[in-house]
This record gives sequence, structure tokens and C-alpha cells, in this order.
Amino acid sequence: MKRVLSGNKAVAYGVMLSRVQVISAYPITPQTTIVEELSRFCAEGELEAKFIKVESEHSAMASIIASSLTGSRSFTATSSQGLALMHEMLHWAAGGRLPLVMVNVNRALGPGWNIWMDQSDSLSQRDTGWIQLYCEDNQEVLDTIIQAFKIAERVYLPVMVVLDAFFLSHTSEIVEIPHREEVDRFLPRFEPEYRVHPKKPQAYFGMVSPDYFMEFRYKMQRGMEETVEVARSVDEEFGRQFGRTYGIVEPYRCEDADVVMVTSGTVTSTSRVVIDRLWEDGIKVGLLKVKMFRPFPMEEIKRVLKGVEKVGVIDRNISFGHGGIFAQEIRSTFCNEDKRPMVFGFVMGLGGRDVTPETIEEAIHVTLENSRPKEETHWIGLKG
Amino acid sequence: MDPGHLACSGCGSPLGLRLALKALGEKTMVVIPASCASIIVGPFPYSALKVPIVHVAFETAACSASGIRASLDMQGDEETTVVAWAGDGGTFDIGIQALSGAAERNDDFIYICSDNEAYMNTGIQRSSATPYLAWTTTTPIGNLKERPKKDIMAIMAGHHIPYAATACVAYPEDFIRKLKKAKDMKGTRFIHLLSPCPPGWRIASDETIKVARLAVETKVFPLYEIEHGEIYILTYQPRGTPVKEYLSQQGRFRQLTDEQMTTIQENVDREWNRLMGQCEGAARRGVSRLAQ
Repeated sequence: MKRVLSGNKAVAYGVMLSRVQVISAYPITPQTTIVEELSRFCAEGELEAKFIKVESEHSAMASIIASSLTGSRSFTATSSQGLALMHEMLHWAAGGRLPLVMVNVNRALGPGWNIWMDQSDSLSQRDTGWIQLYCEDNQEVLDTIIQAFKIAERVYLPVMVVLDAFFLSHTSEIVEIPHREEVDRFLPRFEPEYRVHPKKPQAYFGMVSPDYFMEFRYKMQRGMEETVEVARSVDEEFGRQFGRTYGIVEPYRCEDADVVMVTSGTVTSTSRVVIDRLWEDGIKVGLLKVKMFRPFPMEEIKRVLKGVEKVGVIDRNISFGHGGIFAQEIRSTFCNEDKRPMVFGFVMGLGGRDVTPETIEEAIHVTLENSRPKEETHWIGLKG
Repeated sequence: MDPGHLACSGCGSPLGLRLALKALGEKTMVVIPASCASIIVGPFPYSALKVPIVHVAFETAACSASGIRASLDMQGDEETTVVAWAGDGGTFDIGIQALSGAAERNDDFIYICSDNEAYMNTGIQRSSATPYLAWTTTTPIGNLKERPKKDIMAIMAGHHIPYAATACVAYPEDFIRKLKKAKDMKGTRFIHLLSPCPPGWRIASDETIKVARLAVETKVFPLYEIEHGEIYILTYQPRGTPVKEYLSQQGRFRQLTDEQMTTIQENVDREWNRLMGQCEGAARRGVSRLAQ
């Protein structure tokens, strides 16, 4: 069934089709319509779930950690300040090896108050042990939620599905809604290997001494490493069943390209348009969309960018004192390679500032016209 | 509860925990936030309890209990009792937001605050449950706590939850009766359990019960219950022993002057009278409701 859906409504459909059993969430702009839609689904019986209307995002994450541990498929959604408030519990969820799925609508952190698109919120949670998947359009949002539960429940690590504030959350597109039975076939009931059970007097998450702690963390890292392959196979399986795949990275017109631009989120769609136009003018620019940020798919990225002389990375985020975060990740991917591209880091579109085709073109030209970056981070679109 | 737990000698908490689990039975799951209890019940891979334990972050006892309850309900398990066992820091201070949220939603679990009147697990720092003029390492001599203990029962009553009660480890029958009463109800049920800490209160490890009993007999810590936030019922008539007898037993009050003890006595009397007023008012309303 095709429907015109905003990104947030696509999220709600993804959650409903995944037959989530416990939802706990707190409203925050621009995530709010997700919780509204899910409340409606629960009220109208389209989704049989308990929806705990908590008093904060911290409690939202804490309560779904508990519900997941007790054996129910669990979900929350948040954004920006809400995600930052959850930070402590994000570690707890991942360390507890709980297959939660959370949607984060990318939004800037204050001050000053800013409700618009910016990746700094999710990227600040880089080291919490969550898988992070960035979406480009509303169809991908819906499909990724269904895939995310399957990935999470296979590797026992939580997944954050990320979409751009307003550019996706509040923008409507045509979305194919899969049939419920089809999704049930793809994503069976949640049957966790371990769960706290009234009949089993086990203790979960108690004090762990230095004698054991490192092994728990090593296993998390191994889980992350396995995730790359698991996510790829889940995506392929999804493709076989539903006819749509996304890859964990997606190269676009990279063959014979002189430079490749690396993007994530909706900037990717704008970049496709720019790149098509440039090819018409004989300018050979490729595009690499990075969907999976954690684990960072280094081998896949190396495979695409191998032999490319120059790479431009677009970041709608900033790690103060260093630069754009995707650019850092790309640089570190290549640091032990004999042949590595020059990496041009571009910071643009912070706090919802529009990234137009011209903005992207400016970054491409800087990459084309310089043999090496003049500075670690080029700021594009600054006023004054 | 099994022997071999890690509590200090004379600690009131394992006594309370044992009584609670005895009263609530096997079909119980326990949520423990950061607190003395998270140490007492044992480190990985051990457990001193014969029921499942979920250790949770400091401020999340109540919302974690909400999550477990929701999950059990989704699985059709309405029999298992979910119990949060938190300290005064995890209840009065850092956990009060989550507790208030869950109580307002009337989420279905029993919350027991094992109150030893300071952050004892980290080595005796003041909490908002620390009494007026008590010594702690963060309210040392010269800078004693100058604010009264937070009235957590009034706060919980303000949420109109079906049941709230005070209890004390020195009165096991009263505590067990309240636990059983709570178990047979639905919604958020709150029990405020006074539990002395020998190292923190500066008492000998064999004085726990004596001092706990004095807290009740002096009316410092009356035993009562509140139904639906309005029906106040006294469950034990204290003797009214002078407060000085309770204070002088404890090293944490060693510095008090006679004048300060008199002030504390006045405070206790005033609070007692207020409680009696609430009990009488409730009784009157109860009569009128019966008459209807």
C-alpha cells in the first residue's frame, strides 16, 4: 500500500509493523508526531503495546531497558536535548546487550535553542555502544526500523535509527507500507536468548569486578564487528522479500570519478542532483553515502574509495577542537594504508541552515581545485 | 534471602529485605538502584536473593519497575509482584523525578524506600532524608544540617496513590502486615522503611533494633498508612518517650546542646500533632462516607 507519509509517520508505521510490545517516550520537537502517532495506534488497537508516558527521556530509556530485559520488543524515540539526557542510559542499554531500537531525529543542541537539523546530538553518542544508521528518505526510514530490530536481535546491541529534523521528520513523501504478514515473515517474534524471568532467580547488571569487566567489553566490540556483516545480510534478505535494499554504504557514480564526496542523511539526495549535473558538464564527481556510522564500515569504505585521489566529506556536525566527525572517521579509516586519499573536511548546514545545491557545489569545487586541503576543516556558507 | 550477603554487621537493610521477600513470596522480582543494597545482594556472578534481581542506574528504580511491569503485562503475567528496593538517596533525591512520574501514572509496583538517612554506601554524606542537626561527612560539626528531613510521605500522598505506609525494621509484624496489604492492591504502593545504619548513625552493631524502636516510641518516626492520599491511619501507638533518649544513643547527634534537643522535641511534637489531625480528619471523613 502506498501512502504519503512524513518521516515521523513512517517511523510510527515501522514500529507498528515491527509489533513492538513496549514503548516509552517523552515528546520533544521535532520527534513529537512520532509519539502522537504511536499513541493513536495504541489507542485504536492497531498496535498491541504498552505505551509508558514517562516524565523524561532518561526514564524513557531506563524503562525500555527494563522491559526489553523482561523479554518484550521495546522502542523509544527522541531528539537533541532528550538524547543528551539519556546519555547515561545509552551506555546501560548497550552494556546490557539489549536489542532496543530508538529513533533519533537529528536536531541541534542548545544554547541558544535551535530545533533544526544538525547531527551533533547523535554523533555525541558515538561511544555508547549503539549501532547508528542514518536515513536519506522516508521509505528508508520505515524499512530501516524493521531491519533495525532484526539486526539488534541478532547481535544483541541496540540500534539508533537517525533521520534529519524537518527535512525528513516533517516532509511528506510517497512511502510503500509493507504488508503486515510480510513483515511478520521477515521479523519473527522476539525470543531473547536471555531474559529476566520470574521463575529464574538470576541477578542482572550487578557489580562486576576487574576480573570480569574487560571480557564483557571485548564481547561488545566483537558484537559490533559482527554487526557489519549481519546488517548487510539483513538488508539483502529485506531486498529479496520487499525489493528494496540500501547497503550499509552506497556508492553513486564513483567509477572513474576524480573526486568522491562522502555524505549522510538528506544531504545525499541533494548531492545526487548536483553530481548528475556536474557529470553532464564533464566533471567526474562520485558520491558515497554512509548509512552505517557505528560500527564504522571501514572495509566497505576502503573498497569504494581505493584509488580515489581526493575525497570531500560533508559534515552537518562539529567536534569542537577537531572538526567534522565523519571526516575524522574517513581519515582514520585510511591512516594505515600505503595509498590514501587527501581528505577535505567540510562543515555546513549546522542548526538547520539550508544546504543548497550551490553549497554542495562549492565544497566539490574546493576539493577539485586544490591538490591538498588548505585547512583541516572548511566551513561552507558562513556569513560575514 | 540466602546467608552470605555483604551487609555490614548490624545493618537494618538485609533484615528489611528478608522480611519483605518473606511477605511477598516467590513470585516477586526486585529492582535495585545504586544503593547499599546493590552491594549487599552480592556482585557478579553471585546473588543473595532467591528471586530475580535487576540492578538499575541510581535514579531509575521507579521507571525501571514500570518497564518490567509493562513487559510482564504484555506477556500475560499479572501475578508477579514487581518491587523496587531503593535507598533514601535514590528515593528522596536523585530518583524522585522518576518516582513521581511513575506514581502519577499509578504504575503497578511496590516501591520500598529503605531509609538510613544519608548516603551510607558512599560513606555517610547528607541526603534530603538526613534529620535536622545530624552529623554526616558533608554536614560536619560547625556546619550541621539545618533543614528538616524531607516529608516524603506527604509528597507520595500528594500523588493520590492507593497506598503509602511507614514501617520500621524493629516492628516486623507491622511491616509484614503492610507488605501483605500492599501486595493485594494494584497501582503504585509506597513503603517508607526506617532502617538504622550502625556506622553512619554512630551506634554499636547490636543497637540497631533498640535505636530503631526508640525512633518509633519517641514519635520521631510514627508508624502509619495513607490510603488514596487521604485516609491516614496510625498503626502503632507510641509511648511518647522523650526524644532526648533517641538522640543521645547516637554518635551523629553527640554535638547537640540541650537547647537544640528541646527544639527537636518541639518539632517532633508539632509533626505528631499534625499527623494526629490528619488521622482524625480522615476518620471523620470515613464516618461520613460510610453514612452515605
